[in-house]
Amino acid sequence: MPAKQCDVKFVANVKVGLSSKVSSSSPDTGPMERDMGTTPRTTRDSLWERLSGAFVKVASAWGSVVIQGINTLGDISLFTWRMLLWMVTAKPRSGTLMPNFYSVGVLSLPVVALTGTFIGMVLALQSYHQFKTMGLESKLGAVITMSLVRELGPVLAATMLAGRVGSAMAAVIGTMRVTEQIDALVAMGANPIHYLVVPRFLACVLLIPALTIMADFMGIVGGYFFSVIVFGIDHAAYLKNSRDFVGGFDFFTGIFKSVFFGAIIAIVSCYRGFHCQAGAEGVGRAATAAFVQSFVMILAVDIVLNMFLDGIYYSLWPTSGSKLL
Amino acid sequence: MVTTVISQSDRSKLPIIETQGLSIRFGRQVVLSDINLTIARGQTVAIIGESGCGKTMLLKSLVGLLPASQGSVRFDGCDLKTLSEHELTKLRKRFGFVFQNAALFDSMSIQQNIAFPLNQHGVPSGSTAQALIEQRLMEVGLPNNVLSKRPSQLSGGMRKRVGLARALILQPELLLYDEPTTGLDPIMSDVINELILRTQRRYSVTSIVVTHDMHSACKIADRVIMLYPYSRLLPGESQVLYDGPPEELEQSKDRRVRQFVRGEAGERLMELLSSSTSTSHVDETPHLHDTIARREAQ
Repeated sequence: MPAKQCDVKFVANVKVGLSSKVSSSSPDTGPMERDMGTTPRTTRDSLWERLSGAFVKVASAWGSVVIQGINTLGDISLFTWRMLLWMVTAKPRSGTLMPNFYSVGVLSLPVVALTGTFIGMVLALQSYHQFKTMGLESKLGAVITMSLVRELGPVLAATMLAGRVGSAMAAVIGTMRVTEQIDALVAMGANPIHYLVVPRFLACVLLIPALTIMADFMGIVGGYFFSVIVFGIDHAAYLKNSRDFVGGFDFFTGIFKSVFFGAIIAIVSCYRGFHCQAGAEGVGRAATAAFVQSFVMILAVDIVLNMFLDGIYYSLWPTSGSKLL
Repeated sequence: MVTTVISQSDRSKLPIIETQGLSIRFGRQVVLSDINLTIARGQTVAIIGESGCGKTMLLKSLVGLLPASQGSVRFDGCDLKTLSEHELTKLRKRFGFVFQNAALFDSMSIQQNIAFPLNQHGVPSGSTAQALIEQRLMEVGLPNNVLSKRPSQLSGGMRKRVGLARALILQPELLLYDEPTTGLDPIMSDVINELILRTQRRYSVTSIVVTHDMHSACKIADRVIMLYPYSRLLPGESQVLYDGPPEELEQSKDRRVRQFVRGEAGERLMELLSSSTSTSHVDETPHLHDTIARREAQ
């Protein structure tokens, strides 16, 4: 226990030391230099000295950004680790799971369904003309369904969840931080990570597959509607091609990725909430950062997971290539 | 950790809180330095001082809500740093903390708020728990119909009293108040003062009150400690400017203490006006808040 506190203190001290360096000029300069916001200047500073001074400032600013980034990464990893430990060693507090499940799962369902429908329709709209010039419009079913199931369904459901649920989580936890409610939790013997973060993490991870399936389904419906009814593609050909080219592994890929996306949303949003700055602006910034950072991480992890899953697929079934052409 | 058997009579002579060389630092910023305090059982201590002198941080570090950068804090003889998480949780049953804005949980009703410590420490909800809650409410002068309301529906004074009821629910040995009368009208302030005194008498608790309100401090406390901001200390001085009974505050030899007690701006106004023209004031709050958050999320 004492060892952990030391680790955290080290990280905290380094971070604060650096952030004060970035925001005001180096604390080692005197008050006059701070006023001018520049390094000490003599009356006959050569161009070279001024250039090298500017270069050092830029380099150290970049350097501290990188170091801060690594600090944050380490901090988030410790945070995730502690959360996972709490998840497996203690039951979630009664009355915390269901409300979170309801708000993450049930309340997000309509908007995810709507988003999915629109995406399916847009995909059909955009692809139709390209495919028609190649004479491949009957294969539109396969393309739309494949794109939705593998990529667009999971990523868009996750994005919607990050915006809806992620920002809300960061704002709620951030406000609790600012109004000392988290201190109150600790003072009464509850662990804030166990009480606040574990239920939200479980809600995101367990319910995002269902939301992804809803997004996929409504996307397929929207795509079907546009292709068959608006553009007049043969409906039997549309459905047959969808069935032939989209396999079980594709669905699995989508759902597998969505679980990771859910985990990212929960962890990043809760972390941003815990490290919220004071005041209304701090809470706003935490909510924004929660969404932006989880979205960027979702896209990055998406690429990695795609490569990983494709690697698995082709090692298991090496003879299958693209069935589309 | 060496445990020795202490008899009941010996135990009551041990100080309930003891700090040695307590220092709290955030990066290069020193907030508290080398604080040595001993608080005996049954005392009511008021901690006064200017805004930003570290009173709230001292209060929080006394019960382990904020880890010390250096030095030790002993609660009833146990060094807080050596305690495991499980032992710390048990320890938290023994004190109650009344926060500056009551820190009630907005998403819960008043009933659930007051019952929170009970649920946390395994007391089953039922008629005994309900009776306890209603008794505490009565002690703080609130009617039972408040139980079904939400914190946002109550006034500031009512929220503070609910916060007090919540802190008292497990009958703690130590009560900590963070600016209990700030933001309240004079009558409500006196109501809170009276409640603090009555709680003290009814439960024989030790109370530590951080306050700006000199009238409050003199009324309720039998010992006053004044802190001074570290950044404005003369070299070699202790951060504790005064430690003694409230009656002798006015006669203190230190001019800063007398100025504070009488509420005189004096040279402080000149200092503030001249410092605002130069940019030597670094905004401390964002960094402090961030680091506190990081530490407390453990």
